[in-house]
Amino acid sequence: MIGQSPLRILIAHAALILGILIVAFPIYYTFVASTQTLQTILKPPLPLLPGDQFWNNYSEALFGGVGRIGGVSVGRLLLNTTVMALGVAVGKIFISILSAYAIVFFRFPLRMTFFWLIFITLMLPVEVRILPTYKVMVDLGMIDTYAGLIVPLIASATATLLFRQFFMTIPGELVEAARVDGAGPWRFFFDILLPLSRTNIAALFVILFIYGWTQYLWPLLVTNSNDMNTIVIALKKMVSFADADTQWHLVMVTAMLAIVPPILVVVLMQRWFVRGLVESEK
Amino acid sequence: MLDEETKLTPRVVFPNKVLPYLLVAPQLAITLVFFYWPAGQALYQSMLRQDPFGLKSKFVWFANFRKVLADPAYLNSIKVTVAFSLATAIVAMAVALLLAVMAEKVVRGKALYRTLMIWPYAVAPAIAGMLWLFLFNPSIGSLSYVLRSLGIAWDPLLNGSHAMILLVSAAAWKQISYNFLFFVAGLQAVPKTLIEAAAIDGARETKRFWTIIFPLLAPTTFFLLVVNTVYALFDTFGIVHAVTGGGPGKTTETLVYKVYNDGFVNLILGDSAAQSVILMVIVIALTAIQFRYVERKVHYG
Repeated sequence: MIGQSPLRILIAHAALILGILIVAFPIYYTFVASTQTLQTILKPPLPLLPGDQFWNNYSEALFGGVGRIGGVSVGRLLLNTTVMALGVAVGKIFISILSAYAIVFFRFPLRMTFFWLIFITLMLPVEVRILPTYKVMVDLGMIDTYAGLIVPLIASATATLLFRQFFMTIPGELVEAARVDGAGPWRFFFDILLPLSRTNIAALFVILFIYGWTQYLWPLLVTNSNDMNTIVIALKKMVSFADADTQWHLVMVTAMLAIVPPILVVVLMQRWFVRGLVESEK
Repeated sequence: MLDEETKLTPRVVFPNKVLPYLLVAPQLAITLVFFYWPAGQALYQSMLRQDPFGLKSKFVWFANFRKVLADPAYLNSIKVTVAFSLATAIVAMAVALLLAVMAEKVVRGKALYRTLMIWPYAVAPAIAGMLWLFLFNPSIGSLSYVLRSLGIAWDPLLNGSHAMILLVSAAAWKQISYNFLFFVAGLQAVPKTLIEAAAIDGARETKRFWTIIFPLLAPTTFFLLVVNTVYALFDTFGIVHAVTGGGPGKTTETLVYKVYNDGFVNLILGDSAAQSVILMVIVIALTAIQFRYVERKVHYG
């Protein structure tokens, strides 16, 4: 290893700290704003340290304040968003592990056709088929439903490709041994494949949970009633930068509530998240 | 990556005939209903023209495409999108690379730095946009207060370039975490012996970086370039919608925002569908580049 001079290490630390200040600042400042009175927020510059309104603002927002602005309580918004994020994550993992299992461990007519049909969906993100997909949702009566928020997002090629990639590294001897021992496909799936895929599932879960939580265009399209809004959409509706009536202190609390859950998931499950991200995308 | 399938020796499989169909059925059903059917509809509609009342529609072949591609507003939107995507990708990658190189040097605090660096990944793009607008809003933003006291007439709500700078900052900020993680992984894969050999030959640190490390990072860099471009093209809809709404004027109207705006707000269905199809072609090209070029050519050899 090349010795680094102490000065260079010091510069590296300084650069990293500066970088983190930039990266963390908008989030930190949102927290600061969420603990100030509305009057303080309206008179910039805002202090750099949190104010004394933490309990006031958070309890006001949680117990009715946000409901007064948008007609829907924060609890309901968080519930909608959680249902959506969990639904997308669990649903996607469920259907893609099954289809990857079929494609790798079975031989059947049209197998590669199915694989390509799934693979090509990589090239059809929601953004390029906005209007017709919306029409399908209307025809199926899925507007303003949880199913409408979740189901169309759970089919995508990435998770299937990842599982397929991983399954192909599993030695054939393992399957053979299982078959010799009389294990059928389900037994093999539950007793061998699923335990082996634990890390992959955990990694995918984090990535997909974030994906579901941060969706914007899709919930914007398929929810008309405020009751079904996700917290991100509701936040956008609460904010009007031109409007002097915006209740900034409550907006900031809502923003914190929209940011903190996914950050907790990422930070607490960091090990899997980082591995899953770097491996799955390569 | 797809070729290994064909090359693979016949592997041990289960003999069931019906089960595999049941296993792929859920994904296939959803794929057909929510991907292929709407994509087909978009293709079909892109060749139809409806009368203003939506009563009659006529098959017009590629007339919608010709109309869209000749429309100055669309050409402007292409320009806006290219500028926005390039700026976002370059800023997000440059900052992330710099930080990753710094993170490679330090021993102490590495894990802590990483933990603090990945936060923005979890922030929704639309919220990222709102946070930046909160900081840089002309009336209540604390940082625009600072800018103004420095004598800069900052107003992203009226000035198009300012709006663009704000969008790029928010979009790049959110993407730094992602790029950082990939650059750190890429830097760890660079053989230390090469760097040491260069150091013994007397190459200074900057030279070592540009002649050895940076070329070896090419696969990561190219991969990230594609990913960041796709991100800037599509995932930033929320930022544009929440921060500028395409304005002021049309200075920040990206292609995806325009599809949405023409289709949902202005209800020009044929044009919107034609734009969707053009976007589809762009995605297909980018995906093809990602899979062909990134996997094959840009490698250590």
